[in-house]
Formats: sequence, structure tokens, C-alpha cells
Amino acid sequence: MNIESYKLGEELDSFNYEEVQDGILAILNKGCSAVLDMTSCNYVSSTGLRVLLYSKKIAASKGLKFCLVGMNAEVKDIMNVTGFDSFFDFYNTMEECLSAINN
Amino acid sequence: MHRVDLFPTHEYQGLKLRPGRPYPFGATVVGNMVNFSVYSRYATDCTLVLFHNREEKPFIEIPFFKEFRLGNVFSMIIFNLDYENIEYGFRMDGPFQPEEGHRFDKSKILLDPYAKLIAGRDVWGQEPNWDSLYQYRARVVFDDFDWEDDLPLETPVNDLIIYEMHVRNFTCGSAANVKHPGTFAGIIEKIPYLKELGVNCVELMPIHEFDEFENSRCSPIDGRQLYNLWGYSNVGFFAPKAAYASSGRFGMQVDELKNLVKKLHANGIEVILDVVFNHTAEGNEQGPYISYRGIDNKTYYMLTPDGYYFNFSGCGNTLNCNNPNVRDMIVESLRYWVTDYHIDGFRFDLAAILGRDQNGNPMSNPPLLESLAHDPILGKTKLIAEAWDAGGLYQVGSFPSWGRWAEWNGKFRDSMRRFLKSDEQVLADVKERIIGSPDLYASQKRGIKASVNFVTAHDGFTLMDLVSYNSKHNEANGEDNRDGENHNNSWNCGWEGECDDAGINRLRHQQVKNAITLLMVSQGIPMVLSGDEMGNSQQGNNNAYCQDNEIAWLDWNNLKKNADIFRYFKQIIKFRRLHKVLRYDEHLSHSDYLGLGYPDFSWHGVKAWQPESGYNNLTAAFMLNGQYTVTESEGVPDDFIYVAMNMHWEMHGFELPQLPQGMAWHIFANTGMDAPEDIFEPGEEPIIDNQHEVLLGPRSIIILVGRKK
Repeated sequence: MNIESYKLGEELDSFNYEEVQDGILAILNKGCSAVLDMTSCNYVSSTGLRVLLYSKKIAASKGLKFCLVGMNAEVKDIMNVTGFDSFFDFYNTMEECLSAINN
Repeated sequence: MHRVDLFPTHEYQGLKLRPGRPYPFGATVVGNMVNFSVYSRYATDCTLVLFHNREEKPFIEIPFFKEFRLGNVFSMIIFNLDYENIEYGFRMDGPFQPEEGHRFDKSKILLDPYAKLIAGRDVWGQEPNWDSLYQYRARVVFDDFDWEDDLPLETPVNDLIIYEMHVRNFTCGSAANVKHPGTFAGIIEKIPYLKELGVNCVELMPIHEFDEFENSRCSPIDGRQLYNLWGYSNVGFFAPKAAYASSGRFGMQVDELKNLVKKLHANGIEVILDVVFNHTAEGNEQGPYISYRGIDNKTYYMLTPDGYYFNFSGCGNTLNCNNPNVRDMIVESLRYWVTDYHIDGFRFDLAAILGRDQNGNPMSNPPLLESLAHDPILGKTKLIAEAWDAGGLYQVGSFPSWGRWAEWNGKFRDSMRRFLKSDEQVLADVKERIIGSPDLYASQKRGIKASVNFVTAHDGFTLMDLVSYNSKHNEANGEDNRDGENHNNSWNCGWEGECDDAGINRLRHQQVKNAITLLMVSQGIPMVLSGDEMGNSQQGNNNAYCQDNEIAWLDWNNLKKNADIFRYFKQIIKFRRLHKVLRYDEHLSHSDYLGLGYPDFSWHGVKAWQPESGYNNLTAAFMLNGQYTVTESEGVPDDFIYVAMNMHWEMHGFELPQLPQGMAWHIFANTGMDAPEDIFEPGEEPIIDNQHEVLLGPRSIIILVGRKK
């Protein structure tokens, strides 16, 4: 399976969501699974949560993966309390993620 | 096909606009547009005020042009708004003539009555900027939560076991041991506990946005800050309380509450909201402008002929529930909570007010109540009335129901409490309560399902305090102990308040078990007050509406301290859920109409089949025949269940009715025994040696199960 990663900046919200969404869709539209590198990200807004879930649903509709890597504890907590976490696979490192996808 | 009406027609200070759609009211996202719509019958002019999040000054104020008005509705569409980062309000112009009912003031920025997300009180107890021009700030909501296959559960109403709880009280206390105390997320962490207890419905005390700082002050006892903890004072009827969400500081309370409902549903637990449509947080003439007063005072409030506020709620004002437009707002609000939050039911605070006309007079067929009873979206939603108000209207048994409305049965509470304290004048009434209050609900054919039974609720003593205090102790509320109910029908078992007398404490535990037993073996929908299952105390405070501290918070250490009480609650709830014969929805016939040799229900006394045989009106017994639970289409016969109650202070023997051949009496519970002999595992009850008589100790209840040997 072809996999490409996309690196998020410090925040994912209404100011940059279009750019991020386009970037992820560009990967998926090539037929590649996408890994979102969130190691630098310390805030995801309501808009951002929807970018993640939308990406996951588009990936699933294409038979592809969309995984989240390196999410910090506070962002993970936000996903947890709002229930968005239940839709995703989380990995601590890119290696872990790639190995899980390839297996 | 592309729509041709997606282009701006106006531009105002750089924002692109077009006339909006009057309906729905509020702010609605449509593609890259947001439609703002607000109704006011008497306003002459309206301006939309937009802020960037949390900023004091608006970045733009847009007048509703003439072409943006239709009838009495102002509406406009704004294109390409970054709506995650804006807050909006309205300025309304119109007459200020209080004697005519009008209080327009265009210097005020007003909250949208239909706001679905409200910022401004995002973190509980965080002092707001009181100088801010706009305190409770409407935001535009994301309404695309992914529910997957969730829907309201539609549990048959007679199968419900309701747990009345408060979001903060439930998990703020010591030893709650949750990551997010006092929040929706905190409740999610306690779902395994709720399942272990066995309840299948939580009734959340108000979760609509309110201001915990309303009427805040210091306790005269210890100087601690007192808050509006309970929240019976609405700021908005469409928005969840932000500070009840751990993510409220990020404006994510909508998703967090929806996640709670989804998770509870996944565990078979319904959600009922306690809704307060009788008044708002704006108070009387001296109160603040939040929304309704400035949007359309004469529409939203019941006013005296000279323009003052009627006060049937005891809270300063009364929502004008049977004004057609207010009625629509209430219906819209309830539909919204069912549609968007998958809420299973509502308990209406001081619901008698909903049946008063615009002059405050009770109506025989109140249009609002009729609308709700027949509403298509609310068609399977539980509707429960607190069938009285603060203006003296008491409608328990007579609340207009159209076969849809249930009621908090206040008479159940009063009778059972008196029986528990050995009042010799109440047995006849107790018997009515046990069989689902046919005296109240049979004549209108409302059935047993109209009766929500309870011994304790948020108003009044907790169950442990009911058996520990003769009088209320509300000094910490700062009202010289004047607030709260004076007639509690409580008995302290021999000492006022906490004590270390083993005999008194044993009796208190026994009385708690008696109370939950009466509740769980009575026909009707039982409601348990959160914390009673662990013997929670409020130190005698019977009106802890302002005690955001250990007085009102559940002390989870009690789970261990009162382990026998928790175990008893758990088992008796399980017993009720196992036995259909305890959960009829229609009233019983008291006759052998199937020719089975036994009636569906029979009263007994200390002698079998002789209900009149007893002591001082303090002993009684009854038997339910499980064979009657079989319907033509389904089911296997339930067991026989026999309950003997001795509220006398002496021991009495009860002669047992004889069972059909091959069956024997097994003992499920005896509140007079110490744990673990007080209650057994449902389905595994031991057979009793003497099949002809049982001995009941003073103030105890025995439950027997008759089934095959």
C-alpha cells in the first residue's frame, strides 16, 4: 500500500483548514493512504476535528487508510471527550504507524 | 444543477450579504453562508452585531435593511463568514414603555433566543468581566455530529428506572476519581458505575446555559462563595451549559454533550432533560437585559395590566408559554434536543405554568401542552410534568395529558414518607400508591405509566438525611434557614444528624432500605435521587441549590462506608428489572379474570387474604400473580411476588397465602436483617423453611418469590 504523510503545524483550525484538507485530499486522490503527522500540533478546533473525520471518511470510501501519528495528550483528550477518537487509529511514531498499516 | 440564489445582493463594509430566509430562526449554516433570523413583533429596527471571539468591541454592526424584513422577522445571509471565530448579537430598537409592556433599549446587545451555542461562562466559577457589554454571547454551531446508528432508545416507559442527577454534584466530590470532574465527560467515565447500579435512564438537572454567578454571594457560615449550582434559570433554551463541558473553553460543549448521550445510549441508558420553561434568568423589572426582555418583552413574558412581571415561578418572571410565538419556541427547542441531541425525554419544571393563559389563569386545554402531546417529532419522547407551580396551582392527578404526559407523583413521596415514620393515618393512601395510584390516574385511563414515583428528589432531603433529620438545616444558604421545604415528613431515628450510636445507624440503614423497597415494588416509574444509593448526606440541607461544595457533591467514599446500602439498591433494582409483574403499564384488575385460581393482585394482612387484619394501620401485605404478565403474543409467566410491610415498632407474624401445587416461597429480601442476609441474588433466592408464616421485625419489609420448588 502506498503511503504518504502530511505534517501539521501547531494548530488546525478555521484559519488553515482549507490548506490542510486540500493537502490530505491530494494524497488520497492519488490512491495513497495518508498519515497525519501531528507531533507539532497543540490545538485542534471544532473545524479541525471535522477536517480529520472528513479525511477519514474519504479515505475509507476509497479503501485507503488515514492515520494519526504523534498526537499530544491535550489534543487526544479533546478528541476523547467529544467522541471523535472512536473513528481513528492513533500511533505514537511514524514507524509504529507504518508497521501497523503494512501488516 | 447549481442554485441561482447563492450570490450576494448587497455589500456592507466589505461583507457580502443577501436577504435571508425568515425560517428557521437563529443562525443557520448553509454552505458558505450563514443565515441569521430573529423575530420581534414590536421592534421597529434591528441590527446584527458581530464580534471576533471573546473581543469586547464588535468588528461590525449590520443593519437589517428594509428588504431584509418579512412580516415581523428580520433575516439576512452573510457570505464567507469565518463562523468558528465570530460571536453575534442583536440590537433592537422600539418603544420603551414599560406600562405597555415594551422595554426596548438599543444600547443593549442581545442574545439570540434561538442561540445554539453560548459563550461567556465557559469555565465553571471563572469570574466574568462584569463591565462587558455583551455577557452571554451567541455563536454559530457545528451540527454535523456523527451519530452513526444511534437514535433515542424508546425504552417502554414502564421499564424505566430513572436516576435524577446533577452534572457537577455527580463527579465533583472527593473520591469520584474521574479525569474531568463536574462535566459531561466525567459522567461518561462513570457509565460502568451506572450500569452496575442498574438504572436505565439518567435525568439531568438543567443543562441549558445558565449563569452560575446569578445571585452569587458568600455563605454566612464559612464565607464560601455560593453559586447558582442547580441552574433552574435559563439563559438559552437551545444551548448546553458550556461550563458543564470539559471542552467548553474551546466551545465544544455541543459535541461533548452529544458524545455523552451517544455513549449512554450505547450502554442502554436513556437521557431525560430537566427543562425550565417557566421563567428565564432575566428576573423582574430590576433584572438584566440578556435576550427576551430586549428582543420582545411583551411577547416573551406574562405581564400584569400595568406592565410588571407576573411571578408564578417564584423567580421574578414567568415565560408567556401560551403566547403562540413563545409556544412555537418551546416546541422548536424540544424538537431540537430530540433531533440534534437524541434526547429521550423531558421533565418539565413547574409544568403547571405551561397550562396558564397569558393572564396567568389555568386553562382546561392548554394549547402548548396539547401541541407537545401531539407533536410528530416528540411522538415517542417521554414527557413528565412537575405538575405544580409556585403560584399555588397543584395538578397532580389532573395535569392535562392527552394520554401522553406522566407526572412526578408528589403524593407518592408524601404518603411513603409518612408510612416510613409509622404514621397511622396513611395506610389507605399508601395502598393506592403501591398499585400505581389509580385514585389519581385510572379515571382518565392514563394508566400506571402516568405515575413517576419517588421518595426523594433534588428538592428536599436526600434519603439518608430523611432518616437522620427531623428539620431542615439550611443556614449555610444564607437565608436564615427560611428557604427549603418545612414539611418533610422525615424522622431522625432518635438523634438529629450524624451520630455514632450503632443502634440508630442500623435503624437508619434499615429505613433507607425500606424506602427503596417501597419504591421498587410499587407500580409506576421509579426515580432514584443520585447519591441515595450510597447513603449520601447533605448535612440536613434540604435545598442545596447554591452549595457548590461537599454539601451537595456526592462523597464517593460513602460507597465503601455504606456498602450494604449500595448492594441493596443494586439487587432490588435488578429484581425489578427481572420481574415484569412489578412493571405493569395499565392498572390492575384485582380479580381472577383469567380463571387461574388467583387474582392478578391481592391485598393481605397479618392473615392471608384478610387485608383488614393488622396493627395500627402499620401492617399490610400484597401478592402479585406473575401468570398475568403473559400476553397473547409473548412471554413466559413471571413468578408470584409477595411483599409484607411492617412499619410498626413491634415484631409481627404474617400468614402466607398458599401457592399453587409444586411452588414454594423463597426469600429475596428482609430489611430487618443485616447484610448479607438483607437481600439475595435475584433468581437465586433461598427457599424458606416455614411456608405458612413469616416473622417481620419492627419497621421491616420482606419480599418473597413464589416459584417452582
